[in-house]
Amino acid sequence: MSLAQKYSKEVKQILSKYPPEGKRSAMMPLLFLAQREEGYITKSAMQDIAQMLDVTETEVAGVVGFYTLYHEEKAGKYRIQVCTDLPCALRGAEKFMDDLCGNLGIKVGETTSDGVVTVEAVTCLAACDKAPMFQTQGPEGIKYHENMTVDKTVELINSLKNVAEASK
Amino acid sequence: MSHILLRHREIPDINQLSVYKKNGGFAAFKNAVMKMKPNEVTDVVKNSGLRGRGGAGFPTGMKWSFIDNKNWPHYVVANADESEPGTFKDREIMEGNPFQFLEGLAIGCYAVGANAAYVYLRGEFWELGSSLDEKIAEMEEAGFLGDKLFGTEYSLRIYTHLGAGAYICGEETALLESLEGKRGQPRVRPPFPPAVGLYGKPTIINNVETFTNVPMIMANGAEWHKSIGTTDSPGVKIFSLSGRVRKPGNYELPLGTTFRELIYTHGGGVQDSRKVKAIMPAGASSSLILVDDDKILDTPMDYASVRTLKADLGSASIIVVDDTVSMDWLVNKTVHFFKHESCGKCTPCREGTYWMSRISERIHDGAATRADVDLLLNVAKQMQGKCLCALGEFSTMAVVSGIERFRKDFDNAVKA
Repeated sequence: MSLAQKYSKEVKQILSKYPPEGKRSAMMPLLFLAQREEGYITKSAMQDIAQMLDVTETEVAGVVGFYTLYHEEKAGKYRIQVCTDLPCALRGAEKFMDDLCGNLGIKVGETTSDGVVTVEAVTCLAACDKAPMFQTQGPEGIKYHENMTVDKTVELINSLKNVAEASK
Repeated sequence: MSHILLRHREIPDINQLSVYKKNGGFAAFKNAVMKMKPNEVTDVVKNSGLRGRGGAGFPTGMKWSFIDNKNWPHYVVANADESEPGTFKDREIMEGNPFQFLEGLAIGCYAVGANAAYVYLRGEFWELGSSLDEKIAEMEEAGFLGDKLFGTEYSLRIYTHLGAGAYICGEETALLESLEGKRGQPRVRPPFPPAVGLYGKPTIINNVETFTNVPMIMANGAEWHKSIGTTDSPGVKIFSLSGRVRKPGNYELPLGTTFRELIYTHGGGVQDSRKVKAIMPAGASSSLILVDDDKILDTPMDYASVRTLKADLGSASIIVVDDTVSMDWLVNKTVHFFKHESCGKCTPCREGTYWMSRISERIHDGAATRADVDLLLNVAKQMQGKCLCALGEFSTMAVVSGIERFRKDFDNAVKA
């Protein structure tokens, strides 16, 4: 099923935000839509979007490759994206990252063996006063988790595992 | 003094439309649309001396007056891409006091004759995007947005648009490219957006905090605004305080407040009572202010005074660095940030940030020699003045000031 068929209501609503001459503006919201279910954007979804917006597939792929929140490869169901940028690092983010990875037994960029969580390091998320912090990117969108400890994070990961298990 | 921007700190539930209205909300917008000509609104903002709060400090009213009235339609875009390391003020405004921001945006639209506006939010502000969509829908229902507002011929709609993780999209022409569904790469300027902007049409782009100032200026007048802050930098500013302080957070203070007052009175002082070694007043894009004399902390934080310390106030994201931090580590951090965020369009930035990160990594790993420190400084200086947009220039700030003002830290990190 094409993206337009699958999410007809959302696609219509997205296109209505932009003037006809600015149809291409729907590119980014459509890419988020294409990513919703699997957590990454497939080639066929890119083809759908190219067709909808009268642009080439290469142009769509160029946009996908440019922005860090779009993914072309499957990872864990949830991406835990820890800010390790300067302000957070001054407040212990690097140690938090090391401890978290140690606890999960994975390295930065890797996925837990059950496929639920991938841990990634990202640049500033505009929450510098609430470090250590991270966002989770998953099927429900993006959510911030601030003033975190490893214990609180493990608790969160366990609840995400339960959600993932229940949705199987 | 009660807050002008962060009013949610005193008024509970001001993020609810009924509460915002009860506290004078939308009176300024209604008054502007019903009783003022668009250029009269621009004149009030011009006379208030309000300067853009996104970092460049450009006079807001003057920017609005640049809109090309021979080319239509016009657009207004709110820059809510807030991505500068150390900056987290716009998020608090939009969460705590969203209607004041949206009213300011609406007033800006009326002033330049725009019937459509976009709020460009960084994609990470996903939840905020949904909540703003709800606020916008409430405004439509209440008759503050839509067709023929307040019985006049003026119509306005506001839409949110999510980015997808790219610091460069805070640069206004990269933002426009991104909003048009392209890679966020800056345009060659001129032409500037008030002449050729979104979809090739005249466009005004302002930061969230800038718009949030506007309703109170319209309600209280230009003179009232000028009575706060300094002559050169009137009004209040939200200082995002982070780094090694006891109480990091947003502090709304008059422009011209000293570093000392922010760090010690409001921020509770430095963690573990250490000494301030350096201050980055404009986030990762800052030159490092060397605090080798305690008196430096008495410098007022306004655009002109910060410049006397060979740095810029920028978006006023004050990162405090204490004497436990070695600058080779810090510079390695900022350089990696800019290398990651360089859009790749112009060669000096794309190649320069790449080579700076290679060298700074080597220095930080202890595998470099003194000549590498000179090489790093040399690469940074070669980039200056040659990049297409400010990002490339910003990437060199901490490098050049770090090496020039804290050379010892680098020499200690390398082999003799």
